Amino acid sequence: MGQKVNDLMGWVDARFPMTKMWEEHLSKYYAPKNFNFWYFFGSLAMLVLVIQIVSGIFLAMFYKPDTALAFQSVEMNIMRDVEWGWLIRYLHSTGASAFFIVVYMHMFRGLIYGSYKKPRELVWIFGVLIFLALMAEGFMGYLLPWGQMSFWGAQVIINLVSAIPFIGGELSEWVRGDYVIGDATLNRFFSLHIVAIPLILLGLIVAHIIALHEVGSNNPDGVEIKKNKDENGIPKDGIPFHPYYSVKDIVGVVVFLIFFSIVVFFLPEMFGYFLEHANFEPANPLKTPEHIAPVWYFTPYYSILRAVPSIAGSAFPGVIAMGAAIVVLFFLPWLDRNPVKSIRYRAGWYKILIALFVVSFIILGILGTLSPTDGRTLLAQVCTIYYFAFFFLMPFYTKLEKNKPVPERVTMK
Amino acid sequence: MKKTILIVLLIAIAMMSAGLVSAAGGGYPKSPANVDVDDKASLQRGAKVFTDYCLSCHSAKFVRFNRVADDLGMSEAQVMDNLNHLGVKFGDTMQATMTDAYAKEAFGAVPPDLSLVARSRGVDWLYTYLTGFYEDKAKTTGHNNVIFKDVGMPNVFWKQEGVKKAVYEEHDGEKVLVGMEVVEQGSMAPEEFDTMIRDLVAFLSYIGEPNQSYRKSLGYGVLIFLIVLLGFSYALKKEFWKDVH
Repeated sequence: MGQKVNDLMGWVDARFPMTKMWEEHLSKYYAPKNFNFWYFFGSLAMLVLVIQIVSGIFLAMFYKPDTALAFQSVEMNIMRDVEWGWLIRYLHSTGASAFFIVVYMHMFRGLIYGSYKKPRELVWIFGVLIFLALMAEGFMGYLLPWGQMSFWGAQVIINLVSAIPFIGGELSEWVRGDYVIGDATLNRFFSLHIVAIPLILLGLIVAHIIALHEVGSNNPDGVEIKKNKDENGIPKDGIPFHPYYSVKDIVGVVVFLIFFSIVVFFLPEMFGYFLEHANFEPANPLKTPEHIAPVWYFTPYYSILRAVPSIAGSAFPGVIAMGAAIVVLFFLPWLDRNPVKSIRYRAGWYKILIALFVVSFIILGILGTLSPTDGRTLLAQVCTIYYFAFFFLMPFYTKLEKNKPVPERVTMK
Repeated sequence: MKKTILIVLLIAIAMMSAGLVSAAGGGYPKSPANVDVDDKASLQRGAKVFTDYCLSCHSAKFVRFNRVADDLGMSEAQVMDNLNHLGVKFGDTMQATMTDAYAKEAFGAVPPDLSLVARSRGVDWLYTYLTGFYEDKAKTTGHNNVIFKDVGMPNVFWKQEGVKKAVYEEHDGEKVLVGMEVVEQGSMAPEEFDTMIRDLVAFLSYIGEPNQSYRKSLGYGVLIFLIVLLGFSYALKKEFWKDVH
């Protein structure tokens, strides 16, 4: 039997680099042995991607992208008539929020351990592109149930396009395919959501992983393990990804699934944050909801948009700020001038700056779910200024840091 | 030391922000509905109230009679005789008795479909709304509502509940609605009426998501499985990692 399997593998390997790929990416991909909690979120993002693709395939079998049928196809056919349809829908709706939670944690990990620094700039840039594609995917998917918040949320965001001077009006018509959000918009969003953006996402994820495996993984100490190799050319602090991290990630997957299942089975609406209450009413273009808020994962950027005062009645400056808040992430590898990667060996006050950044981001997120008052707008403006100052002043303050000595080898703390 | 400063700083920021973020929205307070969607007797009574009263004007067009029979433990005959007033097929959905054209003539608008009202409004809102009608002679319906001001729907339970008047209090020179008092007893005792409304809200909650009881019961099984799996996967990880130092 074993001999036959070997023969078969030999036959395949002569025609396709099966064993070579297995070794390069798994059994002989040496990852640092000191990964901590924060290193679970990459593989968890892959897991959520698979959940979204599989549940999405089944949803697309029953969903009808037609303004007259969409709401009913979700809330009656899928949620009530289709066997297990409710579970598939909740997996997909919870998966959308889980994707952003996991990706925000994954990005935060990169931020604190300097995973964006040389030689991993492209890993980071592909990652930011994935984040952008994911936002587009979430935004377009949210229109599909055709509830009140689907419609009015999309209305608010597409109207931002029309704030662009000169071409805005025509551009927003081009995006909608109509003068108002209607059947044409729903159909194209469906197509983009289930075909175009998933293809882009998959391509970017492959690029992200190929780039990562070319340069090797960073670690909580920010030490390059490839600098210390043994006589066989294997990093002394490295362990093969498979089986070590594959079995470790299974533990992470199970813990994640426990939290995921608590939401899916007990709190699918998550108090109106994952499935908004107003979205249980069908879209009505004639009735504006009292309060329009985007889904929680967009609210930090929505807050930045609202915090910037409009000029001559145009929201364009806010749109620019919102775009800049994401675009600035691409430049992170060159904004940070400190040669030390990990936060463990950087100045104490840099940790405070990062903590304040997290606090600002969360406050912006909370404010984005609420209707604005004068006090809240002021708070959002303070947080917005901090958000940009954190990045734009980085080239200056990162040069002033007094670093601690970085160890030669990784530590197991 | 640095950690202490950091923590103090973060707490200070959190406290300053919390005031701005949490500034509670006004409006009439909601009373807890305390409904139990696993209580089949309550759901059956609620189904009867719903089909007798609500379905006269509202529809529940995502709700099938045969599904209600299955979930509430009723026979086809029981449902067809007691709940299905229009005499549609057993597998059909709940339509309003009133036609849309008539509704537009009588009320100026078609009353909203109630299939998902418990999910868009919440059960506490529904309970507060259904027990929140008070006499207001200025309205064409003769009633107003504490939580849905100037609502177009008439108070369909006035015979059972009796007549209530709004109670106002002065707050900073403004007249604020704080509650209601009964001025004329209805045909039902207050507790009896309250039970009827809770049964109705329980039924609305059920039709909002017919799978909710099953979803939760399945969830416990899934969690038990995952916790056992966690034990095994952790043991596997320990075994593989025992040589890594």
